[in-house]
Amino acid sequence: MLTLSEVEYVASLACLELTEEEKKIFSQQLGEILDFFRQLDILDTEGIEPAFHSIPLKNVFRNDIKGNSIEHEKALSNAPQREGEYFKIPKIIGGGE
Amino acid sequence: MESLYNFTSYELREKLFKKKVSSEEVVKSIYERIEEKEEKIKAFLYLCKKEEVLEKARRVDKKIALGEEVGKLAGIPVGIKDNMCVKGIPATGGSKILKNFIPPYNATVIEKLLQEDVIIMGKLNCDEFAMGSSNENSACYPVRNPWDLNRVPGGSSGGSAASVAASEVILSLGSDTGGSIRLPASFCGIVGIKPTYGRVSRYGLIAFASSLDQIGPLSKDVRDGALMLEVISGYDRRDSTSVNMEVPPYLSLLEEDVKGLKVGIPEELTGDGIDEDIRKRLSEAVVLFEKLGVICETVSLPTLSYALPVYYIISSSEASSNLARFDGVRYGYRDFTGEDIFSMYKKTRGKGFGPEVKRRIMLGTYALSAGYYDACYLKAQKVRTLLKRDFERVFKDFDALLSPVAPTTAFLIGEKIKDPLKMYLTDICTIPVNLAGLPSISVPAGLIKGLPVGLQITGRIFEESTILRLAYSFEQNSGYHTVSVKYSRQKPEESNY
Repeated sequence: MLTLSEVEYVASLACLELTEEEKKIFSQQLGEILDFFRQLDILDTEGIEPAFHSIPLKNVFRNDIKGNSIEHEKALSNAPQREGEYFKIPKIIGGGE
Repeated sequence: MESLYNFTSYELREKLFKKKVSSEEVVKSIYERIEEKEEKIKAFLYLCKKEEVLEKARRVDKKIALGEEVGKLAGIPVGIKDNMCVKGIPATGGSKILKNFIPPYNATVIEKLLQEDVIIMGKLNCDEFAMGSSNENSACYPVRNPWDLNRVPGGSSGGSAASVAASEVILSLGSDTGGSIRLPASFCGIVGIKPTYGRVSRYGLIAFASSLDQIGPLSKDVRDGALMLEVISGYDRRDSTSVNMEVPPYLSLLEEDVKGLKVGIPEELTGDGIDEDIRKRLSEAVVLFEKLGVICETVSLPTLSYALPVYYIISSSEASSNLARFDGVRYGYRDFTGEDIFSMYKKTRGKGFGPEVKRRIMLGTYALSAGYYDACYLKAQKVRTLLKRDFERVFKDFDALLSPVAPTTAFLIGEKIKDPLKMYLTDICTIPVNLAGLPSISVPAGLIKGLPVGLQITGRIFEESTILRLAYSFEQNSGYHTVSVKYSRQKPEESNY
């Protein structure tokens, strides 16, 4: 089990508003899943490098040449709210916690 | 005359090039089939307008009539999983949060298909953001298995598999993060290919877990899968993880002899957790391969047993980061009741995401949060190294690995949806492959109690041609690929629902 306050803390990190019902379900379900994850603890991984990628990857560089990007109007075409050439959002200053 | 929707793309291609049929006729036949089946199967989230699609088909027909050069898949009706961007038609990823999103650009795979003159029929249903094993996590409606409408088609590319199995399209594209192409291919009795990580560009695929996601074909037989894989593979500078490596001519390599190839059967994937009937079917496959001169031996990869927790930690962590982009600012759903930006984010995401997506975002956020990063996320990445080493070790001696695709055949709708952990266990055989980036195919291995079952063949990185060859010889010598064609030839009143 995760405690309700742990669930609330993780939800706030993830920017998710959860209902009271969801918090209850998640505290139980996430607890079970995290317990299941603990089976990894018995494996000795001392000195083992983490595998962030499945195949060998290199950084990809390119020359700094100006190219075409998406047109303004197209980029704004899916905006839930816009004003002129901008995405419109609720106020930032004074909000939050 | 045989209905045109029953044929494979390879067969139709011959007919089209020889002008025995027109693409217009093929597309009309497909729309008739959709009319007949779709109400029950629910494979589509968006079906393109018939008149517009027919117009595109006529354009291909005209090119062929004028003797102009046409693409490798000219005039073939294809369906696209709804987590890929097709310019001008909605892409929801099966989520409410992308409800009104219309991509202003094409995914690279779509550009490649269009270069070969395919006919895009529409967007196919899937689990929300490709998270799920049953397609029940679609925010719209679940897909039903064409073989038994009370059962799931598998996920997350459920619509991609069900539409091909029911001949509502000739070919489809799916995506595979932990088995999302192979599992539904197995449950629906068709072929599904998960290419090597980096083989196919992910540009324009709605990201779930970027170190695991890979796009691949679903088809009625191996030849069709090889054909489509040839078309979509290749380097793309817009995906920095795509690999600049020549794409072999998969189609022409199919018929090469499999004699002398060495295949391992991982004992960790044939244990008690796997249904007895499925284990029996695997043993029969081994007998067939041995007859064809393939050397089959049991192998052990001890870390396979830990793949499931490793996968769910890594994929959820990557998802929690990738899905941060859905914030109600630039596209998709926004909740307007919040007064400031933070409550807008929280309400938008709280209402826009479904339960499974929220669960994974929570898991991933937890695994990446201070205090748990080392013990959870980093630990999983280290075990992933051990898993990769296990694969590297066996691939020194073996050309491919043979295993079940899933522990069971298609389960009932509702059977596992209330218990996430039980649902996750469905992916036990497919997940290790993604963690190591390997190419893998699910090929039909007949029916068990009237339901299809697949066989999984996994290869070394970038050796798709070896597993295609093995799958092709298995298919040609077992004849199991004709099973799904037989299904689609049944009249609705004769079929099992």
